[in-house]
Amino acid sequence: MLIIDCPYCGPRPELEFAHGGQAHIARPADPSQTTDDEWTEYLYLRVNTKGVYAERWRHARGCGRFFNALRDTTTDQFLATYRSGEKPPVGSAARSAP
Amino acid sequence: MTEFRTERGGRVDRSRVLRFTFDGRAYTGFAGDTLASALLANGVQLLGRSFKYHRPRGLLAAGSEEPNALVTVIRDAARRTPNVRATTVELYDGLVAESQNRWPSLSFDLGAINNLLSPVLPAGFYNKTFMWPRSAWFALYEPRIRAAAGLGVAPTLPDPDRYAQRYAHCEVLVVGAGPAGLAAATAAAATGARVILCDEQAELGGALLAEPDTEIDGRPAGDWLAATVAALRANPRVTLLARTTAFGYFPHNNVGLVERLTDHLESPPAALPRERLWQVRAREVVLATGAIERPLPFPGNDRPGVMLAGAARTYLHRFGVRVGRRAVVVAGCDAAFQAAVELSRAGVAIAVIADVRAPGQVAGPGEQAARAAGLAVETNATVLGTRGRLRVSQVLLGRVGPDGAVTPGASHACDVVLMSGGYTPSVHLHSQSRGKLAYDDALGAFVPAAPAERTRSAGMARGVAGLAAGLDDGAAAGAAAAGAHAATHRHSSRGLDGGLAGRPGAPPQPAALVPPAKAFVDFQNDVTTRDLALARREGFESIEHIKRYTTTGMATDQGKTSGLNALAIVASESERRVPEVGLTTFRMPFTPVTFGSLAGVARGDAFDPVRRTPSHAWAAARGAVFEDVGLWKRARYFPVNGEDMHAAVNRECLAVRRGVGMFDASTLGKIEVVGKDAATFLNRLYINNWSNLGVQRSRYGILLRDDGFVYDDGVIARLAEDRFHVTTTTGGAARVFAMMEDFLQTEWTDLSVWITSTTEQWAVVAVQGPRARDVLARLVTDVDLSAAALPHMAVARGRIAGVPMLLFRVSFSGELGFEVNVPADYGAEVWAAIHEAGREFGITPYGTEAMHVLRAEKGYIIVGQDTDGTMTPDDAAVAWAIGKQKPDFVGKRSLERPTMKHPQRKQLVGLETLDPRIVLEEGAQIVATRDQRPPMKMIGHVTSSYHSAVLGRSIALGVVAGGRARSGETLYVPMPGGDIPVKVVSPVFYDREGARLNG
Amino acid sequence: MADMLKRTSPPVASRPWLAPLPAATRYSLRGGAEARAAVAAAFGVEPPTQACRAASRGARSALWLGPDEHLLIAPESDGATLATALPAALAGVPHSLVDVSHRQVAFEVRGPHAEWLLAHGCPLDLDVAAFPVGMCTRTVFVKAEVLLWRTADDRFRIETWRSFTDYVITLLAETALELPA
Ligand SMILES: [Zn+2]
Repeated sequence: MLIIDCPYCGPRPELEFAHGGQAHIARPADPSQTTDDEWTEYLYLRVNTKGVYAERWRHARGCGRFFNALRDTTTDQFLATYRSGEKPPVGSAARSAP
Repeated sequence: MTEFRTERGGRVDRSRVLRFTFDGRAYTGFAGDTLASALLANGVQLLGRSFKYHRPRGLLAAGSEEPNALVTVIRDAARRTPNVRATTVELYDGLVAESQNRWPSLSFDLGAINNLLSPVLPAGFYNKTFMWPRSAWFALYEPRIRAAAGLGVAPTLPDPDRYAQRYAHCEVLVVGAGPAGLAAATAAAATGARVILCDEQAELGGALLAEPDTEIDGRPAGDWLAATVAALRANPRVTLLARTTAFGYFPHNNVGLVERLTDHLESPPAALPRERLWQVRAREVVLATGAIERPLPFPGNDRPGVMLAGAARTYLHRFGVRVGRRAVVVAGCDAAFQAAVELSRAGVAIAVIADVRAPGQVAGPGEQAARAAGLAVETNATVLGTRGRLRVSQVLLGRVGPDGAVTPGASHACDVVLMSGGYTPSVHLHSQSRGKLAYDDALGAFVPAAPAERTRSAGMARGVAGLAAGLDDGAAAGAAAAGAHAATHRHSSRGLDGGLAGRPGAPPQPAALVPPAKAFVDFQNDVTTRDLALARREGFESIEHIKRYTTTGMATDQGKTSGLNALAIVASESERRVPEVGLTTFRMPFTPVTFGSLAGVARGDAFDPVRRTPSHAWAAARGAVFEDVGLWKRARYFPVNGEDMHAAVNRECLAVRRGVGMFDASTLGKIEVVGKDAATFLNRLYINNWSNLGVQRSRYGILLRDDGFVYDDGVIARLAEDRFHVTTTTGGAARVFAMMEDFLQTEWTDLSVWITSTTEQWAVVAVQGPRARDVLARLVTDVDLSAAALPHMAVARGRIAGVPMLLFRVSFSGELGFEVNVPADYGAEVWAAIHEAGREFGITPYGTEAMHVLRAEKGYIIVGQDTDGTMTPDDAAVAWAIGKQKPDFVGKRSLERPTMKHPQRKQLVGLETLDPRIVLEEGAQIVATRDQRPPMKMIGHVTSSYHSAVLGRSIALGVVAGGRARSGETLYVPMPGGDIPVKVVSPVFYDREGARLNG
Repeated sequence: MADMLKRTSPPVASRPWLAPLPAATRYSLRGGAEARAAVAAAFGVEPPTQACRAASRGARSALWLGPDEHLLIAPESDGATLATALPAALAGVPHSLVDVSHRQVAFEVRGPHAEWLLAHGCPLDLDVAAFPVGMCTRTVFVKAEVLLWRTADDRFRIETWRSFTDYVITLLAETALELPA
């Protein structure tokens, strides 16, 4: 069970969280203007990173907030967590896991 | 007292004699004995039969690494624990144990024919032989193989014991309470840190428990141990856990422990769970897990009586048991000499010490002591074989010449063979934590390298040998883990330290290992040197493949005794170095964990939360039959006078159609959506238009995912300009809530809207049927219930039976209907009040089954039953609900994709069997023409099917490719009894005009 | 007429380590600083901005559950007053105020074994240094979601949605079998 650092509540056990898929995928502002391919990409295409991966979590059984995290998928170590709408912390993607 | 029990010494309590039986024979032992030590004290060496060849097996070890002596411990019919290691079973008075994998008896086992057949049962035998025909695998091969080559038999009765689970947090978790672990815990505790120290054995102390002659810091090791444990026990920040195995190392320093609470007790108190699973979260972990002695792979090394030299020392010093009368000692490391000296001193004759180490070894203190004691030592020796049917009786030695050639040597009579191939650090947990391992040439073993977690190993677990060095290493690790500087105190020790002293033993010379001689490497899985060589010859290069092909190191052994020997043999076969061969993954659990521990309290009625509505007790008292809907218990039907379900449901349905029924709808999800942009939010989310929904009006809403498929549905009421009461399906409440939060928090942060779950705030009673208004009129005085004042889909606030009410004029039955929402603490009494008021109208409580029939008669879908996550609103015949003018809503863009508009998509239709008595099976497939042969061309399936009492015939809903265009066609439902012809009809079977609804 | 029916919640037995707590008036408040300020005056307790903290004054409490979410708890008898006062104070302020009085059930786990009992289902570190008096949070107890609030060194107020009360109490009681009688 991972420990996830909720940007609002602090470090909490994974049991309280729900995974929310890949981070930083914005819903097109006007879906009617997207091509079928663009819409398909938004809906279905996700990266499958080996290494540092930006993902969403929701502190579902805590404060209820969605937030983003950088996790190294090879070690399960988190490099950073940050609030929705924020950019990944600068340079954090280059940092190696402890 | 038997001749094998020493006169004094050991940590057993000789004043407490315990009786026990093994395979029906009565024996006695002492308090403090294990089953293994007690049997040895009684001269019993034959404890089991091997897994595959049914070879007789005795004890190899004295601890949890024991691969052979798997027994079944029996308390009663339900408490039969198979596959427990006799070395870890603590004796209690009345203990009953049986050997396994033998028939008819342990000494005469017919399965031993497998041993004679062993030339045709090589590695990969199962994979090669039982391939074909496939069907025979399940019918013939597997049952036979399982019967012939198996371990113990699981009990057939439910486990009557309780199991607890808990979480625990500490700054420092120390695994292993040997000298290094004790020193680590002491150093960490000195900083004030919270410390948990666990050890799998009954007593803390590890190797010190069998070191009576050793001194630490100038006093006997036993005294040091007692004082150290007492000091830790007195510290409230320290948790000491004996009989507790750290079985798994999970991410982020989450370590799983199993604490065994009652297995060692003669009469376990009812208040105690049998085991407690600890999920420890440690800031830092110190692994002081020690090392495991390696067997030597020589021919006949699995005969009962052949055991590890260190185990013999443990039996002697800890349990006061001589393992035999006359021993041949096969020394692959210095520790074996020490065992020889000590056993000799205790009265065991030492026939010879065969030094199988490579030439040129420097004599260690053990060897010097052995020679000084006048014990016979043969150098450059190897073992050519052993003899003895059920116990070793003779050892044939060989001599290795300077050119490596082996010449036969003398035979030695004996009843026990002690071997030691050096010590392998227990790196299992370090490896489980994804830490790296490095091969230590001097040690001939892998040691922990770069960690992946906040963990460090100490003492023998990382190859630090020698008692004083181990204590210092432990203390340093403990202090560092607690964030403190290492103490300046240096421990001193005196005495022969056994495996702890000097070098733990270099690998023996290759001559002692090499095939063609057949020597057992993995005793538990019956893997021999030949099997490994064969796997190599057949082209298996990777050690991971060799492991799977030969099964070496699998099951509970996990390489404890077999790992390095297997690697050494594969390395030598392929002329590689051990580190080049690599290492297989150490898997959890370290030792087996009961299913009970893993399940914990999640069993029986407590497996999941059981959610009950406020009317539950009322329904239960009236004999309602319940069904599980998600975690909820919902009344399915209310049988009276011994009715079966069919009769009850028919009666309940007709009551609603002709009079009035009441139904508990409390489980529906409810979400209050509030804020000035609430309507905008719902417009963006649901397919419907909400802008034109008036206050105190409601509408049936459909929610899609962005992929365009129906996700949920429910009635949504506008309570105020900025306040909506959204209902969801029973199972969809949590996911719809999460989806709303997702959009509000991450996509539409411009909206001023918040949501709150009110599912359990409200109890909901649906009152449905032509007399529904008459019933409510008895209880509601402040709301005009007339059709004019409160038309279909209108909402009102008022009071019912004196409590505040939110009243919806809605119907899921197609009849005049109301849903009464009251704050949940009033739910039970309001339910009873409505029932009482309805008595004169014959009000009938109905359950989910009647609800399903009533809604199917009206063609109302149930999301998740009539839809399956691939249906568009058009497929589900609810496209009428789409707000046509809206620029966007979730899923709208997907509906524009060509495939989503294809005319041959599966569409919801009604199905009428030509024979009205036939009720179709839900899930049955639909085909276009009769008498098809497999593979048939399936064009749809039945989603809902019932007998309709009011129509006097069966009805069904289904999805059919291009279904609406097939209206009037006859299709077929192929069943074992033949094709059932069905006609495609409208999904609305009853009151197509909806006149009753508006009554 | 209003007293015709009594509130009946899922029952909570009284034991040395367990006490039922009286029915309460509860509001879920969602919104920003403006809403908190408006409530502070009308409710008499300022909703905390520090994460996972509760503030109390008299018998009224405001609990931080999320950055835009607070739970207001008051005696049941305050219900009628608050039903008028709170919406009035919040008029014109962006917010959501929803009555959830009946949604959940409150009870107290207390005594020297309180931490030990809760550790058998709650994954949080309940040491008073890590979970001090005044800390409150939603979390899990085995498979149920609970609201956990430490009101004293040896007292925890727990609120569950009403249909989960039975489950949580049953599991606590099973664990409590080990306690000295
Ligand atoms: Zn949080």
